[in-house]
Parts: sequence; structure tokens; C-alpha cells
Amino acid sequence: MMEAFTMLEGLVVPLDRANVDTDAIIPKQFLKSIQRAGFGPNLFDEWRYLDHGEPGMDPATRVVNPDFVLNQPRYQGARILLARENFGCGSSREHAPWALADYGFRAIIAPSFADIFYNNCLKNGLLPIVLEASQVDDLFKAAGGEPGYRLAVDLAQQVVRTPEGRCLGFAIDAFRKYCLLNGYDDIGLTLRHVADIKVFEERRREAMPWLF
Amino acid sequence: MTAQTLYDKLWQQHVVREEEDGTALLYIDRHLVHEVTSPQAFEGLRLAQRTPWRVGSVLAVADHNVPTVDRDQGIADPISRLQVETLDRNCAAFGITEFAMADPRAGIVHVIGPEQGATLPGMTVVCGDSHTSTHGAFAALAFGIGTSEVEHVLATQCLVAKKSLAMQVIVDGVLQRGVTAKDIALAVIGEIGTAGGTGYAIEFAGGAISALSMEGRMTLCNMAIEAGARAGMVAVDETTIDYLKGRPYAPQGALWARAVAQWRQLVSDRGACFDHVVRLDAARIKPQVTWGTSPEMVASVDGRVPDPAMEADPVKREGMERALRYMGLSANAPISGIAVDKVFIGSCTNSRIEDLRAAAAVVRGKRVAEGVKLALVVPGSGLVKRQAEAEGLDRVFADAGFEWRQPGCSMCLAMNADRLEPGERCASTSNRNFEGRQGPGGRTHLVSPAMAAAAAIAGHFVDVREWCGA
Ligand code: SF4
Repeated sequence: MMEAFTMLEGLVVPLDRANVDTDAIIPKQFLKSIQRAGFGPNLFDEWRYLDHGEPGMDPATRVVNPDFVLNQPRYQGARILLARENFGCGSSREHAPWALADYGFRAIIAPSFADIFYNNCLKNGLLPIVLEASQVDDLFKAAGGEPGYRLAVDLAQQVVRTPEGRCLGFAIDAFRKYCLLNGYDDIGLTLRHVADIKVFEERRREAMPWLF
Repeated sequence: MTAQTLYDKLWQQHVVREEEDGTALLYIDRHLVHEVTSPQAFEGLRLAQRTPWRVGSVLAVADHNVPTVDRDQGIADPISRLQVETLDRNCAAFGITEFAMADPRAGIVHVIGPEQGATLPGMTVVCGDSHTSTHGAFAALAFGIGTSEVEHVLATQCLVAKKSLAMQVIVDGVLQRGVTAKDIALAVIGEIGTAGGTGYAIEFAGGAISALSMEGRMTLCNMAIEAGARAGMVAVDETTIDYLKGRPYAPQGALWARAVAQWRQLVSDRGACFDHVVRLDAARIKPQVTWGTSPEMVASVDGRVPDPAMEADPVKREGMERALRYMGLSANAPISGIAVDKVFIGSCTNSRIEDLRAAAAVVRGKRVAEGVKLALVVPGSGLVKRQAEAEGLDRVFADAGFEWRQPGCSMCLAMNADRLEPGERCASTSNRNFEGRQGPGGRTHLVSPAMAAAAAIAGHFVDVREWCGA
């Protein structure tokens, strides 16, 4: 089961760059990793650190880039990433949403997402939210203003609520929404058909015992 | 009932349930696992506190990262070593059968499955590896999957999939002496292009395909993915059944007869409709050599490197120019004049006993040319290696100046220590000639084992048809 996505309320970090590709999200040397978890420390590795990252390095010994937005003290613990257009373009690596989720993000707000990345996010319990460019602009201003800017994401209602009391509606595929709300991943969904699979398997075992 | 293609039959037999939009839950009979694409899937399983649905369906082996020399000393690169050890640990923890590195049955996942009889007609076979299409040679529905899907199959024994279109590639006639399944594969890709099979499952049929051994059919289906098709397949016939008889995982005794009776149905019905049909005349296929950085950039050995200036399509022309620059070749140069630095005989495309026999027949009593720095023979499995040694092939290769290695993927993708240096040119029996595939800056020419062997001896490409019986 994925963690069910109900209400999310959290700190927002603004990443003010367009066309952030998956290689920037998680550089290719980390794909040799044997885990799905643990990519968080290397999320945006080339931007977050001033030294070159290789798998196995201890993040504590790395040279941190103080200018990068994720490293600023005011944004520590952020759960919502605010981004610009075409976020997640490039290769189809699933390591990109893995890294974002592992870091602690549960939602990304942007004017547009790359297609494969968008779907990969949904497979991994990460909610990509498309808002209009002007709305995203407003959020960038707010999140960069007074520290501690937080947003509430209400998936059931399909709205993002701002502290100023605005409700920004967003669209999402009904089926995907249902999966997220209930915490169903693709495996979880398939497992709802356990009875069908078992019946099928038993029939197959009888007809072709040499396969078992 | 309407006439069905082999693909229709295989598909239909595995549908557990189907949604209105055609999305199906497909039952998976055999799940092959290797070290590169499985760690996250096992990790996911663990995080969700799930267990494999049916461990007996899974067979695991490490192949991509394993060294081909001094294996008893372990893997030097710590990251590669960890990937392999992780597979060992995951298999032990979940009770999955694994052929560990020291096991003589270990080798390239697509070689050992069929060799063990773990790939059987009528099965769905998946693996987190695109060349899973290889197993279609046994009239199985076999295709590669991603890491999330590896986890999905482990957890549910099923895959969510949509049916492809069906293509039939008919190769009639008789192959010339010295022309092999690899040449058919490259000729087909040259004909339809690397995207020609996109969206299709390809069935290979016709007299020249029936005449192929199982090894040859595997070579052909292996490269279906290079034509863009996720799956390739060949119908069951006597050759299939003869190959499987007595293999460790194949049915025995009374079950054998029952299985064979069912397997014989695994052919396309007369009059079955395909969405697309391609025809080739086997007699016209010559030994093939790729000249570019995509398997579709291929020519006959007696031909020349094409001239981009003759290409009307500007996008294609640009692609050809870029490829020639990367490959360090000039337009109109005769293929047979291209000199090679290294020779690699191996990979899941061409590392089976028949491939090694074909190469050894060319090499016997000759010497690797002066200019060739390294000529490698990497058997596809420990059992292939053992068989070859029993036939004395290792001596034939060693006497000629080839290196005889331990099994694995090796220089097919250069994930272990075997690789090309920048600018080096290689005659390779593998399946991908992409930029940097065999090492950064390396230049790959895809050929058959006999052609690779002949190139090693001559120092440049030669028409192996003229060497036959020489
Ligand atoms: S031999 Fe090459 S193509 Fe085959 S599985 Fe290994 S790396 Fe992949």
C-alpha cells in the first residue's frame, strides 16, 4: 500500500527554474543504487552540493551550496515543492519521483509537468498539481516572502488552500485520485483481484501442471 | 471459431480479467530476475510487507556485473559487488532459486532460461530486461519490464498490460552458406527500421525460420526488440520439442507427453490475420555488418558505407552524418576494408554453443591478425563453456590468440571491466551499436559470430561466405 493521500498541510519551497529534468532531479551515477529509498540526500545533487557526488558518500561530509533554495534554513522540512513549467522532463527514470518522495515531498505544484514523470509520481504517492501560470506566480511571490509560508492541499475537494483564504482548484484523473485517496498503488489495485488470480492460477495448474 | 495467430492464443490464455478499455491483467508463468533491475523491486516488496506470490516461478542470476576473469577472487568494483550481493541476499531471504556466480549453471539470464528448460512453450516470460524477447523463440510470450513492474509481478504474479498489434515476418527460401540468424535479424531491422516493430508483437515464420535451430531462433527473437517490437516469437515445431526434451525444468514422463500435445497447438492458425506482414527472401540475404550507431544502419559485407549526400530526408541525413563522424568512417568506403581493434564474441544474442562452433570453425588453425589488440570469447553460460571445452573449442580459440573467458554479459554493455577504449573499433556479436554502449567513445559493428571470427583473423571485415570450407 502507498500511504493514503488525504489532507496535506505543509511548508512550501519555491524552486524557480523551468524545465528541470530528471537528470537534475537525480544524477545518473545514483542509478547504480540498489534501493528505492535513500535517494533523498542526492535529490538535486548537483545544485545542492558544491562537490561532485558519488554513490556511497556521506552527506554530512559534503560541501553544501548555501545558495540553493533547499538548503536555506527557512525551507527545512518542506513537503510541497513549487516549480516552473515542464518539471520532470528527460528520461523516464523512476528514481526521480523516488528521490523527491524520499526527501519528504508529497506534492509538487507547477504550471506543467513532463508526461512520464507525471505518471511516475502518481505511481509513487506523490501528487503533481497543475495550476495556472499566474496562480503559480502568485505562490512564488508568497513563498519567497515571509518565512513559514504553508499551503493546504485537499485532494478530495481538488483544491489548494492558501493562508490568505484563496481556494485554487486543480484537475486530476478520477481513477488516479481514487488510488491516491485510498493509498492504492498499482500492486494494491491488482491485489483487489486476488480471488480472480487464484481461480485463474488453479485452473492453469490443473491444465498445465508442468508450469508449477 | 475465427483463426487465431500464435500471439492471439498466447495472449488469450493468460488474461485473468480484462477492463472495458482492453487493459488486461495478464498472468505470468516465469519471472527471470537479474541484479540490475531487481533491487528496488525487492526493497519495495519489503517496505510494503509483501512476499512473492509464487517463488517457484522466479529464477535469478547475476550477469551484468560479473567479471569474466579471476572470478574466484570476487568482484573488484564495490558498487558492482554490492548489486550482486544484494541479489544473493534477496534471493536467500525470499526463498528464490538463484544460480550464484560460482554455479556452473550461471550465465546470461536469456541463455540460462532456455538452457534449463525454464522457458517453455505457452508461457508468459518476463524479466526486467528488454532482451527478454529472446524467449519467444519457444512460442512463449516474452517481454521486458521496468522495475515497478518487476515488483508488481513478484507481488501479484500478474502484469497490467494492453495487447499489441500482430506482425508476421516471413522469411522463405534457403540461407546461403555462412549466412546466419543474426544476418536475418539485421536484414529485417535494415528493412523495417528500429521503430518498424513499435506497437507490434512479431512472429517470425517461413521456410528459413523453420530451418533454424533453437539457438538461431533465439538470436532472431532476441533482436526483435531492436526492431522496436517488445516481443518476438516462433511457432512450436519438432525443433522446439527436441530441444526441450530432458532439460532440467522441462516436464518429464507422462507430463511430457501431455505438454507436447498442448504445445503443438501453439502455431498461428491457417488464415489467421496479421496487422502487418513483411516478406524477405532468405537466398538474397548476405552477411550483414552495421556501419552506424543504430542497428538499422546496416549493410551487406560486400557493400559500402552509404553516402549521406544521397539521402533526401534532412533529418536522416543529419543522423547519418553524425553516425559516420562518431564511427570514424567515410561515405562510400567498402565495408570489407574496415579494420577492427577488438573482437567480441558473446552476449545474449550470440553466445550459445552453436555460435561458438560457428566461430571456431572459421578460426581453426589460423591466427588473430597483428593489428587486433583483443579478441574475446565469452560463453553465455557455464554450461555452454563446459560443452565448448568438451569439444575442444577453447583450445581452438586459444591457439588462434583469442581469450577464453568466464560467462556473463561482458563487453555487450561494459558494465564490468570488459570495455572499449575511446575510438576503438570492435566487431561484436552483441545487439546494440549505440554510442558508448561498449565503453565511452567505442565503435561497435554488429555481426554474426562467424563474421566476427573472420574479422579477427583478417584484421578487417571479410565476406565469410568466401571462407566457408576454406
Ligand atoms: S548480454 Fe547484453 S543485451 Fe543481453 S542481457 Fe546482457 S547486457 Fe543485456
